[in-house]
Amino acid sequence: MSKLSFFLGCIAPNRYPGIEASTKKVMEKLGVELEDLKGASCCPAPGVFKSFDRTTWLSMASRNITLSEEMGDDILTICNGCFGSLVDANLMLKEDAALKEEVNKMLSEIGHEFRGTQDVRHIIEYLFQEVGVEKIKQAVTYPLELKVAVHYGCHLVKPTKERQLGSAENPTFFDKLVEATGAKSVDYEDKMACCGAGGGARTAVLDTTLKMVSNKLEHVIAADADCIIDACPFCHLQLDVGQTEIKKKIDKEYGMPVLHYSQLLGLAMGFTPEELGIDMNFVDNRKFIERIGGVRNE
Amino acid sequence: MSDTIKTSNLSPEFREEIFEQPGTEKITLCFNCTGCSSGCPMAEQEPEFNIRKFLRMANLGMKNELLNSPYLWYCTTCYKCQERCPQGVPNVDALLKIRTIAVHNGIMLPAHKKVGQMVINSGHAVPINDDTKEKRKKLGLDEVPPTVHRFPDALNEVKKLLHIAGFDIIIAKKEEKK
Ligand code: SF4
Ligand code: SF4
Repeated sequence: MSKLSFFLGCIAPNRYPGIEASTKKVMEKLGVELEDLKGASCCPAPGVFKSFDRTTWLSMASRNITLSEEMGDDILTICNGCFGSLVDANLMLKEDAALKEEVNKMLSEIGHEFRGTQDVRHIIEYLFQEVGVEKIKQAVTYPLELKVAVHYGCHLVKPTKERQLGSAENPTFFDKLVEATGAKSVDYEDKMACCGAGGGARTAVLDTTLKMVSNKLEHVIAADADCIIDACPFCHLQLDVGQTEIKKKIDKEYGMPVLHYSQLLGLAMGFTPEELGIDMNFVDNRKFIERIGGVRNE
Repeated sequence: MSDTIKTSNLSPEFREEIFEQPGTEKITLCFNCTGCSSGCPMAEQEPEFNIRKFLRMANLGMKNELLNSPYLWYCTTCYKCQERCPQGVPNVDALLKIRTIAVHNGIMLPAHKKVGQMVINSGHAVPINDDTKEKRKKLGLDEVPPTVHRFPDALNEVKKLLHIAGFDIIIAKKEEKK
């Protein structure tokens, strides 16, 4: 079938490699070939680098895109932040010839050229739009009996003008993918609320952003969800590591498992929690793993 | 709240500098409906952070107040405000441009500077560590990911590019005394 160049970003390979491993496993099962985008760097992180300097942001993002152009493949991202940076940079350069020339002047000094031949994809919208819910359902061998709280994250759907994925207030495509695994996507209060990590806010004002994490967790627990399913390693980190930080600060323990969609789908395809790195969160996921583990002993 | 705004302290040039970012001139269209600030998840936690007020200050040219406000760094760029604005004001784009002006004036949080330095050194904002290397091995992945971490030539490219873009100088900048 199709082939994509796999852009890792920073947090997945360097903090949550389970997300990287799970993505490779589930895409292979679905017949989507992934090739590592060798030598890629930080996307760079949109909030922080667009805050610092747009030229820097654009030049680094465009270098990453040229690597995929040289391979002749569209880029697959597994992170909302990477998606945001790379989609925005790609669109800007495709639409603005003067800007493209300016960027190419810089890129020529390191032997690259932006041509504008490839697209940037996010695993969630790619699965929904190119693979399709039906095909995913067919690949599910262990339907999951879980109630899950879907966390879209902001930059998957916003800004809507650039993303073109429909409503940002009430999207449904991610929920449909989740339900294809047999799990039930439960509604919860303020579902589209931000995790608080983006824009350099986690770095700048961690404690304030943790209040946003607490809010989300309270709402997820009130909806009786077994876990949170996200689409972004940075949301993942904020919601997972954030729980350990909250524990340290106010001694409150939520114990909420946080999984990337690739890990959820992996479970439904029969991979073990260990193969998918679900035991590698900073929150102790043992109870959750015990609960789901028994189902897949072949 | 009742502080007087002295027109002699306003900087019309600052406004023009913000407007270099295409679309941000739309902040002049703001009719103060509070749609942006009332839905802001950060304002819910920290009411001193007010995107509407910030953009109004920008429109007036209140450069010093804005660049030195600690709240400038609170926005998570969730884009909720920008999506909601009935006047099409690109709230986030404008805020990021104000931040950029601050950074170019040497005003930057030490923690953000560190992230910048990390990218200059390693090409990653979050570089690999030993704990993750172990996890990667257990998962059957290569210990070091196939990014700039594994390819020194690629890292050199990134370093060179950051230098050409002037990023190293921006990060090294200290605040100029007014
Ligand atoms: S939503 Fe738009 S018009 Fe309303 S206060 Fe905010 S910037 Fe102004
Ligand atoms: S983008 Fe920033 S200012 Fe706008 S709603 Fe989100 S946190 Fe608030």
